Order: sequence, then structure tokens, then C-alpha cells
Amino acid sequence: MAKYIQGATGDWEVVIGLEIHAQVSSEAKLFSGSSTKFGSEPNTQVSFVCSAMPGMLPVINEECIRQAVRTGLAMGCKINLRSVFDRKNYFYADLPQGYQISQFKDPIVGEGVITVELEDGSTKDIGVERLHLEQDAGKSMHDQHPSQTYVDLNRSGVALMEIVSMPDMRSAEEAGAYFRKIRTLVRYAGTCDGNMDQGSMRADVNVSVRRPGAELGIRSETKNVNSIRFMMQVIEFETRRQIDILEDGGEVDQETRQFDPATGTTSSLRSKEEAHDYRYFPDPDLLPLEFSQAFVDELAKGLPELPDAKKSRLINDLGVSEYNAGVLVAEKENADYFEDLLGELTQKTGKDKDKLATQAANWVIVDLFGALKKAGKSITESPVSIQHAAELLSLQVDGTISGRIAKDVFEIMLKTGSSPEQIVEEKGLKQVSDTGAIEAMIDEILDSNQGKVEQYRAGKDKLFGFFVGQVMKKTQGKANPQVVNQLLRPKLDG
Amino acid sequence: MTKLTELTLAEARDGMVKGDFTSRELTEQYLSNMEQGRELNSYIVETADIALNMADKADQMIRGGNATGMTGIPIAVKDLYCTKDVHSASASHILNGFKPKYESTVTANLWQDGAVMLGKTNMDEFAMGSSNETSYYGPVKNPWRATKENGTLETKDYVPGGSSGGSVAAVAGDLAVAATGTDTGGSIRQPAAFTGLVGMKPTYGRCSRWGMIAFASSLDQAGPITKTVRDAAIMMESMASYDVKDSTSVERTVPNYEHALTGDIRGMKIGIPKEYRMDGMPSAIEKLWQQGIAWMKAAGAEIIDISLPHTKYALPTYYIVAPAEASSNLARYDGVKYGLRVEGDSLDGMYKNTRAEGFGHEVKRRILIGTYVLSAGYYDAYYLKAQKIRTLIAQDFAKAYEKVDVILTPTAPSAAFAMGEKSDDPIAMYLNDIFTVPASLAGLPAISVPAGLSQDAMPLGLHLIGRAFDEETILRAAQVLEHAAGFTAKPKVWWGDK
Repeated sequence: MAKYIQGATGDWEVVIGLEIHAQVSSEAKLFSGSSTKFGSEPNTQVSFVCSAMPGMLPVINEECIRQAVRTGLAMGCKINLRSVFDRKNYFYADLPQGYQISQFKDPIVGEGVITVELEDGSTKDIGVERLHLEQDAGKSMHDQHPSQTYVDLNRSGVALMEIVSMPDMRSAEEAGAYFRKIRTLVRYAGTCDGNMDQGSMRADVNVSVRRPGAELGIRSETKNVNSIRFMMQVIEFETRRQIDILEDGGEVDQETRQFDPATGTTSSLRSKEEAHDYRYFPDPDLLPLEFSQAFVDELAKGLPELPDAKKSRLINDLGVSEYNAGVLVAEKENADYFEDLLGELTQKTGKDKDKLATQAANWVIVDLFGALKKAGKSITESPVSIQHAAELLSLQVDGTISGRIAKDVFEIMLKTGSSPEQIVEEKGLKQVSDTGAIEAMIDEILDSNQGKVEQYRAGKDKLFGFFVGQVMKKTQGKANPQVVNQLLRPKLDG
Repeated sequence: MTKLTELTLAEARDGMVKGDFTSRELTEQYLSNMEQGRELNSYIVETADIALNMADKADQMIRGGNATGMTGIPIAVKDLYCTKDVHSASASHILNGFKPKYESTVTANLWQDGAVMLGKTNMDEFAMGSSNETSYYGPVKNPWRATKENGTLETKDYVPGGSSGGSVAAVAGDLAVAATGTDTGGSIRQPAAFTGLVGMKPTYGRCSRWGMIAFASSLDQAGPITKTVRDAAIMMESMASYDVKDSTSVERTVPNYEHALTGDIRGMKIGIPKEYRMDGMPSAIEKLWQQGIAWMKAAGAEIIDISLPHTKYALPTYYIVAPAEASSNLARYDGVKYGLRVEGDSLDGMYKNTRAEGFGHEVKRRILIGTYVLSAGYYDAYYLKAQKIRTLIAQDFAKAYEKVDVILTPTAPSAAFAMGEKSDDPIAMYLNDIFTVPASLAGLPAISVPAGLSQDAMPLGLHLIGRAFDEETILRAAQVLEHAAGFTAKPKVWWGDK
């Protein structure tokens, strides 16, 4: 379905391409042994290589190569058994070598396709052009001194993967979905922590507009956008800005722009004329990077189950709803929590996974996520352990407590951290399934509500719920609702 | 008794092991010669204290029976090598007094074997030059001066060749037993030829480049400058190593090169490339080449005419590839981190001021050429084409080595010239490298051997190029040439107290 934007002079189509920079998860930098730890004192993680001392030479960190290949495999892209590191030459104070080692003509990972799901339930294929490895630069700090700039080289030489999409996205929503999918994939593969606050992932956003079916328009590139929300704002803003220019009879400049989060707008950073000539050429300090298909196969074997495969397994093997499965696999930690919980629950109850999965999924998504959201915590910081969660669900499965009581117990668990069994025991919350006791209670209630009984019998079926409620009230919610139903109906129906 | 400083490396080694003299005695004599020879401007820094300290340690090694070929041998180190806490600036003002906190792999290998560092030698700035006239520390004077028709010595100064001009002047003037050089397009071999010495560039990848201040990374290679072929073999063995810190160094066992010097080249096939016959080449050079062919033949080698058809493109190719790499390698000298900084009113202003003052003319020229040939729109026409021709040149050699074992050519198209004679004419200067550059582009080992004198009694060299990693064959052939030539001339001392 084409999504056109209405302008004053007719429809427009936006075309978006993303260059995502993802920091490789690795102990050491791409070409030196210096640490990559985030948040250290400035210039404490700098080797002779990262500070570009005379005569120093880069040596490839093999783990970074493995991570790039894993990422390529996770994205389903072609892995290039031969790739070349090039020098991208430009001067800046935080670029010690005067060039960035990157990959230009021959990247380590080639083309692939990412399938994303959109809000309306449809899917869309977005092409990946390539993934290449490159060094990060250092950081210029302009706020440390009134007239001078300080440079921190801790990041200098840290390995980045640049993942370049095809210009296949047609809306901010699609771009957001694509970015999220890439983030999910690198986190599953363990190749990037996806932490956008710390700059582990950021994007250069290419936007152009055109008349539907026309040739590609002239694009702008907005640099270093570091959140999905900002990225979507950039797209909205750029789309509107470019349409306005074109409808006024103007021309869009091919330029590099920057985003201002405070205003949600972009502004020109440099025009095409001011663009750097990077003078790429193969880095003569490094031989072409070559590895075997066996090396790739070995890495493929080590990859965990990826989100698409996991999702279809949850749906097809475990009977989880498509929506719930989608929510669970979006973050690897959530899926892990769910699967661990389900495993634990299976052990506790002796029942098959597929009999338990729907209930567990609902609980994780509704109850647990709700509680985490309220507490502003992530699942890895969950105050409820897998063991306690499994206990709670197992108490429900074996009929010890009702679903309603389970919610109360969960509240107490969140507050106290106690085990659900202990809470149920201490507070006397065990479900009453004793038919004799419930029957006596029902009789008592029917007696004292004769009028309502008459009304019910006269055809006001809805009152059934009233009687159930009365029983529950009397047992403080502990009566087994199924038992109540079974006993109540014949008595009412007389 | 000959002065200790007239001994070859092998003789000095044997003398010390026999206990005839100590490394300290030898080193002291060299330090005194260095003082006498300051007029040559061959050293930028003399490291007398370090030298004596190292000599004492070497003497202990010798006494302990742990001597290697290099133990106790006082050598000079080209300023391009990073030596820990000692001036290492590639003779450039932009590295203004830079003292690294690390030691290059090649020099570390030498010190490990007990060699003694006398000081850091002058050179063309960043190794860019063929006459050692581009150094920030001033030109180096060749210890050799031409002899006039009346038999007296010229009074004008001659260039020692370049870029390892300080290293050759130190060895030729007996200010060091031997020296390290570096060779990008001929920077060891041409100056060795200009000063009557042996200069060897091994196969690319044989020595680690770690800690060598880069000029053109795909061409730079370390090598020895010595008085004899045997000395070169001994020193080469110590310098060479595989190094995980240099991705372009090659993992291969380093042979005992001295063992290769059997003196027997019977049946060896010597290729004579017709393309190395240059118009306007002095007759003395052509004559020497013919003489070299005759010597090899007399020693039992087989002479085979060969063709290296792409030779004429080698020099232009080199002067695209080397400046391209240099323009990028020298980008790190920006005034931000170390070396010279000349303040400006902005970051760009600081860059401009620093680099304008820090780099000399020749370096600037090559940065400009290199930047140009890598620029958008010119890359394909220059850099990419040059890389293709480079491959063709390597293929020429590979083809030739199907028929021959070694290729014999002159080292340089002339003898050493007078200072200032070519410094205003870069093309004439670049032509010095015409015979040495092809082997550099192909990454092959090559050696220059002193083989005769020009009409005015200046030294001339012959050049042997070998198969990749077959340093042993060119060393063996070179020694046969050396013996046949019987080159014993030394420069007449005109400097110091005489």
C-alpha cells in the first residue's frame, strides 16, 4: 500500500535510507588492544596506535571481524570472504591519524533483506546494501574551557559497524520499524548492546521526496541521530521541509544536516560544495581481509535462535498469539524471561509447554510488563525472579489460587519480594474448592436474596453474576469460581 | 696495526670474540671519529652515554659466551627509526624533538643481539629525497670528493645520495661500523652506491615496519648499510623478523644469511634486462655493467638476456603510489598531539600554520601530488592506474624469474653529484631512482655492491635483484661480484683534523 503525503499541488512520496552505526561489542578496539569500556576517565584507554604515534601500525582485532560476520548472518546478508580496509582521509582534532580506517569498495558484508512488521499488521521487505567495519573517532569537548577544545581519545579506534539500507522506506513508521528490527537483531546476535543513550547505536538519515512513481529526488542527510523518536522527527520534518521547497518552485539542496532535539528541526551543516573529498584508498598497512566459508559456518552455528524463528516457534509450537509473540521477541531479554519462566513452570506443574504458554505470555505481557513500566525498570532489573513468577503461575494452574487472588499476590510480591507460596500461606489466600462449604454459602445467599432469585427465575439471566459476586465477597475472593458456577446454576435454575 | 674503526663488521666481531679488543674500546674510537667527523653532518644526535652503556653490556655478553653476530658492534641508526627516549623525527621539523616511548622492532632486534647505538643519522626529510638535501638538519656531505684531472681532490661538497645519506656518510667516513637504512624507492641502495658501500633492501615483509616512521607503507622496508656483503648478511639476519604488530610482515624463518656466502655461483642464471639501458647514461656506468656481466660469467654463471617491458612506467608509477600513501601517512602531523604546533586563530588556522612551518618543500610537494592523485575524479586516472601498472611490473619480474635466478643492473644512472646541482630540478632528482624503483614496486630483495670508480674516482655500484624472500641468492652473487671487483678504495679524509 503506497502511503502518499498530500501537498498543496498533489501527492508526494517520501523515500528514506538509513546508515546505522552500531558499536561492536568487544573488549578491545578494532585495531589496538585498548579497552572499549564506556564512561572511563578521558584519555585512559588510549594506546600508541589509537593516538597515532609515528610508526604505529593497526592490527585487526579478530573478535570484531567475528562480530561483523555474526551480524551479517543475523541479518541474512551475504558474507564477503574477502574484504578490504580503506583510509577515509580528513582532518579533525579528534581524528588522530588524519584518516579513519573504514571499508569502502569491498565491505565485509553484502546485500540482504530485512522484513519488518507495521502497525496495521502488514509486513515490508527493506533491502540492506552492506555492512562495513570502521573505526570511531575520538570526542571533541567544547565545554571544558572558555576558549579551547579538549580531546578525549577513549573512543578513538573503537569498532563500529555501519549498516547501510537501500532507499526502500516510505514513511517514518517504516524507518522506525527497520531500525528497531536491526537493533533487535544485533542484540540477539550479541554483537552490539544497542544502547542508544551511550551512543552505541545512531543513524544518519537520508530523506528525499518525489512525485509518486517519479525518479528519486535530491536527498538530505541528517547526521548522528541517536534515538528512534528523533529519527522519526527528522523524517517528518525533512519531508515537510522538502515538500514546501518544491511546491514553492525551489530545489532541494544535496547537503548534510544536523538535528536539534530541542526544536525537533534540522539545519544545514555543510553543502555539497563543502563536502569532504575523502580520498579513499586501500590502507597499505593492512592486507585484504580473507577468511574461509568454514569460519563463517562455524559462527553461524554459534548464533542463538533469531527473532523471526523464535516468533514462529512461539506461535506454531506453543500456541502464543501472534501479537504476544511479536511483543515477546522484540527484546531478547523479554523472550529469554518468558522462555525461562515457561521452562520452570513446565517443571513445576508437569504439564506440557503448549498448555502453559498462553497463560505465561499473558502474565508476562500484562502483569509483569505493567508492573515494570510503573516502576520504570527493565526486565533485567525485574523485582520478581523467574522462580517466584513460575510459582505464582503454578499456584493458579493447580487451582490453589484464582486469577484474581494471583493479582493480589503479585502486588504483594512486588512490595515485599516474598515468595508467592509464603504469601498465600500467610494471608490464607488459598482458593476454597470445598463443595460442601461453598454449597452452604450459596444456600445462605439465596435465602437472604429471595427477591433477586425471583427476578432471575423470571428471566433476568444477568443476575447470575450478582450471585457469583456475593459468593466471592463472602469468601474474600477465595472461592474457586468454577466450583461456584457448577454449584450455583442448578440451585438457581431450581 | 689498522685502526679499529677500519675493520669490517665481521672482523670486529671476530676480534671481540677472540678478546683482541672490547666493544668499549671499539665504541670509544668511533665516538672520537664521530667528533672529528661532525663536518659531514651525518649524525643528528650522538648518543655517547647510551653507546658506552650498551658496549659494556655487550662486553658482558661476549665474556659470558653469548655473543651473536652483532654483539658489541657500534652502529648508526637512521632518524626514521623510533628509538625509545631518543630523538626520532625523520629529520623533520614537524616532529620537533620527538622522543618516542617505544622502540622500533628492527632496532629492538639489534639491541637484543647486543649491537651498540652510536646515534641517530641524518636523512632526507621523511625519507623523501635522493641527495640528503631535504633534511631540516641540513644537508649531509659525502665523505667522497671527486679527483680532478691533476690528481688533487675537489674542494666542493658532494651529496651522499638519499634518503639514507647520513647513514652512508657515517659508515663511509668510519663514523660507524654499519648503519640501518630504509628503502622506499632506492633510499638504501643509491646512497650505498654513491659512497662505495653495500646496501641491501630485503623483500617487503622481511623486516617489521613497526616503529619506523612511515613514508609509503606499501614500499618502506628496513635494511643494512655496511662495508662488505658479509657484513650485510650478518646485520640482515639480526634485523629481520616476523612481527605480529605489523600485518604486512611475513611469517618465515630467518635463515643464517652468512652461510649463503659460499662464493660459488656456478650455473647461476643472471638476467640482463635490456630496458635498463638508458639514453644519456654515462659511459662509465655502461662499462661497469658490462664488466659486471663479464665477472659473473667468469665465475661460472650463465648470462641470459631478458625483458622487463613495463620498466619505463616504473618511475611515474612510483611517483604516484609513494606520494599518495605519504599524503595520508603524514596527515597525523597536525600539531594536535605531539611535535611542532604553531598556534592559529582556529583549528584550521593552527593546521595551516603548523604544517606550513613544519614540512619542507619536498615533503609539501609530495603531499600535494599525493592528495591530487587520490582526489575524486583523478583517482582512477592516476592512483588506480598506477596500482595496475605496479601489478604488471611485478608480473614482468615473475616471468623473468622463470628463466633466471638474479637480475643484474647498475644501481644508479650516475655517480654522486655535487651538492645543489639537482636540488632545483625535481625530475632530474627523481631519475636517480630509475634502476632501484622497479624492485621496490615489486617488493623484491635487492642489493647494491661497490664495483668500480667513475672517471673522477667517485664510487659506482652494481645492483642485484632477487626473487621474493631469496635474499640468500643475491647475497651469494653479490659477494662474488664484490670479490671480482676487488673494491678497496676509501675516501681520502678531508674533514676534521685529518
